[in-house]
Amino acid sequence: MQPKTRLGKVVVYALLAVCSMVFLFPLIWLVATSLKPIEQTMTFPPTWLPRGPAGQIAPQWVNYRDALAAMGGTGPTAVPFVRFLANTILVCGLGVIGAVFSNALVAYGLTRIPWRGRKGLFAITLATMMIPFPVLMVPLYGVFKSLGWIGTLQPLWVPAFFANAFYIFLMRQFFRTIPEELSEAARIDGCNEWQIFWRIILPLCKPVLAVVALFHFLAAWNDFLGPVLFLTRKPTFTLALALQNYQNQAGGVPWHHLMAASAVVIAPIIVLFFLAQKTFIRGIATTGLKG
Amino acid sequence: MTTGERRHVRNGLLFCAPWLVGLTVFTGYPVVASLFYSFCDYSILQAPVFSGTENYQRLLSDSVFWQSLRNTLLFALLSLPAGMVVALGLAMLLNTGARGLAVWRTIFYLPSIVPVVASSMLWLWIFNGKFGLLNWVLGPVWRWWGATPPAWLADPAWAKPALALMSLWGVGNSMVIYLAGLQQVPVELYEAAEIDGASARQRFWHITLPLISPVIYFNLIMGIIGTLQCFTQVFVMTGGADGAPARSTLLYALYLFSVAFYDLRMGYASALAWVLFLVIVTLTIIATKLMEKRVHYAT
Repeated sequence: MQPKTRLGKVVVYALLAVCSMVFLFPLIWLVATSLKPIEQTMTFPPTWLPRGPAGQIAPQWVNYRDALAAMGGTGPTAVPFVRFLANTILVCGLGVIGAVFSNALVAYGLTRIPWRGRKGLFAITLATMMIPFPVLMVPLYGVFKSLGWIGTLQPLWVPAFFANAFYIFLMRQFFRTIPEELSEAARIDGCNEWQIFWRIILPLCKPVLAVVALFHFLAAWNDFLGPVLFLTRKPTFTLALALQNYQNQAGGVPWHHLMAASAVVIAPIIVLFFLAQKTFIRGIATTGLKG
Repeated sequence: MTTGERRHVRNGLLFCAPWLVGLTVFTGYPVVASLFYSFCDYSILQAPVFSGTENYQRLLSDSVFWQSLRNTLLFALLSLPAGMVVALGLAMLLNTGARGLAVWRTIFYLPSIVPVVASSMLWLWIFNGKFGLLNWVLGPVWRWWGATPPAWLADPAWAKPALALMSLWGVGNSMVIYLAGLQQVPVELYEAAEIDGASARQRFWHITLPLISPVIYFNLIMGIIGTLQCFTQVFVMTGGADGAPARSTLLYALYLFSVAFYDLRMGYASALAWVLFLVIVTLTIIATKLMEKRVHYAT
């Protein structure tokens, strides 16, 4: 619905501006706090900008270095920040490879090969999306325990190689839109099923592969319940768990450092979002509209 | 079966093999095991011992269980309707044809992809009773009434509203889905209604809402499922699964977690998990029944 009058237009832009402020304020507040000396975080009313002794604007970039050092703790058990970063990148990277590859295979098998039983399998797949994670949590812990994986990163990425109902569903929606004639023609030309998948269908499916890659990266980067369940030793912590652990140890005092550490965990996601904005928006809109 | 059919079955099974394994190991087995454990006494350290319906009977007289269920439903009641109004409102603002759609949309969407642990940290700071941003902004409102602004997460009465308020910051996801729905409503319908003299309010109730009802339904179901399992924010902001202060934020998933991994009562936790599943299914059915006659599919 478009506003017809001039007043209507003014109201729309005013509302957009006010709502934007409300949505951006917390993030600005995060960055502002992260650059202040600790005394300036504890003033009321709060100030927005970090000030130096002469009242000039003086961002304390050193907070970031100190926060990252503090995140790993002190003393002989200290873990360097890069360790948390490396763990997270490992979980995200392997997870994305596994998710893209396995779900593409399965979605292909469910949509492009006419075999008896695929409808039944797809129905079961959809049904499993209804099951809340807490139902699976306890036995999954048992499965990973008997595999000797508790305290390692494996529970966080290995399952990605065995497909996932939601991603299968997402990919299937896309695979179905590719004309069947393409596969027929390739079969007549003597291509086997693998060649059709690898050479013809996959290159056409890059947009949906990108959506799954992005969604999985985001989910793995943000995941907290998984790490808190399956990781036991600090050197194996991911960023999300390390951040929570730091806050838990430090209590609610060094807000400037907590905000700096949070900003470091958020920043890659924001960069990723700006690099892949279209993929994001398309992916979400697809899940909602066809779901 | 012809050789062609047989080859298709073989290939189909081969392509689906990763999921057949994943479905069995990471979903099928856990579902069956969890159902079995829910009828057992099980501490993960020792083999489960069958105990009949004892776990489920104990649930009925477990006041903490009822409290966590009440907390969760109350939190859902606070956050879901508000979230829908805000998400749909923002989507409608974006759908007015205002310039700079991509910029506005980015601003509203961005908070929803901030990692939950980080956004919890940020909101913990915003809710800080003494130096927090929120009491700086809202403080005058309270003082105007002659009251002191609440300590939010530290105050049992305000902790749940605080969580609901924070959840509004993350409505970007459902907003994008609403927007996609709004963009599919044919403009001609509005034009025709306007010629017939329909007011803006009438156009909203009689065109917009019915035509985007499938999207509302989708967001509602997703909202119910997500809210009832809400865990991370509370765990981070209240420092564990105890639901501090005074169990006011003890949501269902937190109680389940603490029973399973603090007390190692895995059998009882499994029973809790199945009751959660039943609650989700029941609410989904109720929502479906309520929406059924109102959802309009344009096919």
